[in-house]
Amino acid sequence: MSALRNPSGHHAMARNNAPLSEDQLERLRERARFVRLETIRLISIAKVGHYTSVFSCAEIFAALYYDVMQIRKGEPAWPDRDRFLMGKGHAAVGLFPILADLGFFDPSWLDTYTRLGSPLGDHPDMTKVPGIDFSSGSIGHALSNGIGMLLGARFQKRDFNAFVLLGDGEMQEGQVWEAALCASSHGLSNLIAIVDRNGYQLDGKVDDIITIEPLDEKWRAFGWEVHVVNGHDIHALTTLLREVKADKIRTKPCCIIAQTLKGKGIDYMETEPGWHLGYLGAEDEAAARETILNTVIAQ
Amino acid sequence: MNQLISKDSWQYREANRRAPSLPTLSTALIELAEAGHPVMAGTADLKYSNGLVAFAQRYPERFTQFGISEQNMVSAAAGMATTGAIPYVATFASFLALLCCEQIRMDAAYCKLPVRLIGHHTGISLGFYGTSHHATEDIAIMRSIANLAVVSTADGPALAAALKATVDYPLPIYFRIHRGHDPVVYENGVDFELGKAVVHGIGKDVTIIAAGYPVYGAKKAMEELNAAGHSVGLIDMHSIKPFDEEAIIEASARSKIILTVEEHNILGGLGGAVAEVLAEKGRGARLVRHGIRDEYSLIAPPTHLYRHYRLDADGIRSVVLEAI
Repeated sequence: MSALRNPSGHHAMARNNAPLSEDQLERLRERARFVRLETIRLISIAKVGHYTSVFSCAEIFAALYYDVMQIRKGEPAWPDRDRFLMGKGHAAVGLFPILADLGFFDPSWLDTYTRLGSPLGDHPDMTKVPGIDFSSGSIGHALSNGIGMLLGARFQKRDFNAFVLLGDGEMQEGQVWEAALCASSHGLSNLIAIVDRNGYQLDGKVDDIITIEPLDEKWRAFGWEVHVVNGHDIHALTTLLREVKADKIRTKPCCIIAQTLKGKGIDYMETEPGWHLGYLGAEDEAAARETILNTVIAQ
Repeated sequence: MNQLISKDSWQYREANRRAPSLPTLSTALIELAEAGHPVMAGTADLKYSNGLVAFAQRYPERFTQFGISEQNMVSAAAGMATTGAIPYVATFASFLALLCCEQIRMDAAYCKLPVRLIGHHTGISLGFYGTSHHATEDIAIMRSIANLAVVSTADGPALAAALKATVDYPLPIYFRIHRGHDPVVYENGVDFELGKAVVHGIGKDVTIIAAGYPVYGAKKAMEELNAAGHSVGLIDMHSIKPFDEEAIIEASARSKIILTVEEHNILGGLGGAVAEVLAEKGRGARLVRHGIRDEYSLIAPPTHLYRHYRLDADGIRSVVLEAI
């Protein structure tokens, strides 16, 4: 492995409270496209992977890492950074390219994805990958991990937010609800959960397997402020994330239910739940790349 | 004290504090905090049972009450540790090691975080509360988890020494401690070094290897047997992992019999760990394992159970004599 890039020390992007400009929106759309294209490239190394789980949250990744989160390029361990945790760790293949792009590790690492001894596997490992704030893979832990980070920050008088991306199938894990009760009881208003409500899990439709609706009412009943947004509408999504992050009056933790499509951007993946784990051959890969490059995802 | 109040209740313990390990937990953590260590603590609705109430009163900003959500507590402790804090989370060993096994493995051990897991009321010490509250599998489970150290101290002074000696240890530790009525083995304190056993003597006939609460009874049995003309030794194997293999190999060369004594299933626990060492590197001694023989404990007050399972001094003495 080559050495890490030298950190620049600058914030990843300019931040202000002005409305998102068309240039900013185009940049975020381009970054979401980058996530999808890199996901296809990396999975072509492993020859199996979670395309669709990434495609449903590509806009969420882009909004957080290229606009909303307080981070510094090249400084993955900056103590005051906002934290990002993934309950749905199987979407890490879409996050690794962002972390490399932010200078957290050498982009050549990406070429080793899933190969013997690589730091990069299907699920993220914080001990191996700079920029991964917590390891993941066993669904249901991440919200609790985020709570601990904020309790640690509170005692040590640090001020950062924890954004926790949860799968909608993950709502079936009991520990999520233990954590939901805990976060509201302890008034962790800087905890922001984002549920990627793409509707599918490994065995089929979430609500055919174990229904989780009414999801917004559940989170409210557990003491959270709840928002529902189209998770592919980069303007609405980023604006909402900015607002909930800037809200210093809120005393509750905040849950954003992002309505998404599993496999968003590739039509046959959007309609076929069997794509939870899959592999595009070389020919389909080229076609998928072409589709992504020529599609503007507006919502 | 009302005669109707059970000796296992927290009210009884509050009123009858001796020098047990559970108040020691709070006292040691307060001392560590006072010395400038970024320690935090949490429990799952058991702050009176484990004595953390004292720490919570002294340092409310460092204490988290998780309620009855042990798995959430362990995962949150791992999150705390990523911020530079050293979290000590405590609950009954049965819930910590069995219910939270996967959180311990994934969030503390695999992530190499300095989480301190305090499993209290180990073994059969919760007596008639029954099997749900007994922990006779925890050593076997915890010691199979990579990156995780496992410590089983004999009494309060040993626990205090262990907590202080390991405060800067960079990896997670599972502390297996008793219920707070522990008789004191080390009245004048004891030095603690992770991975280094306390050797009370090597016997020509038998060397007992014990950990945790049975060390007291084993020491008493050793003294009585030696006074009666036998040659019996004792190793307090407080570090189950890392393990003091040298002490075991040495004893196996000088003793006819190695007798392991544990308040745990003889499968996979201290006896299992000693058997592994002797099978590969032993120098002659025969091994006898004594503990819970792959069964669930009867219901009874704790002292009755220790007598029944021969884990008190009289019982251990009789097991030694049978082995000889």
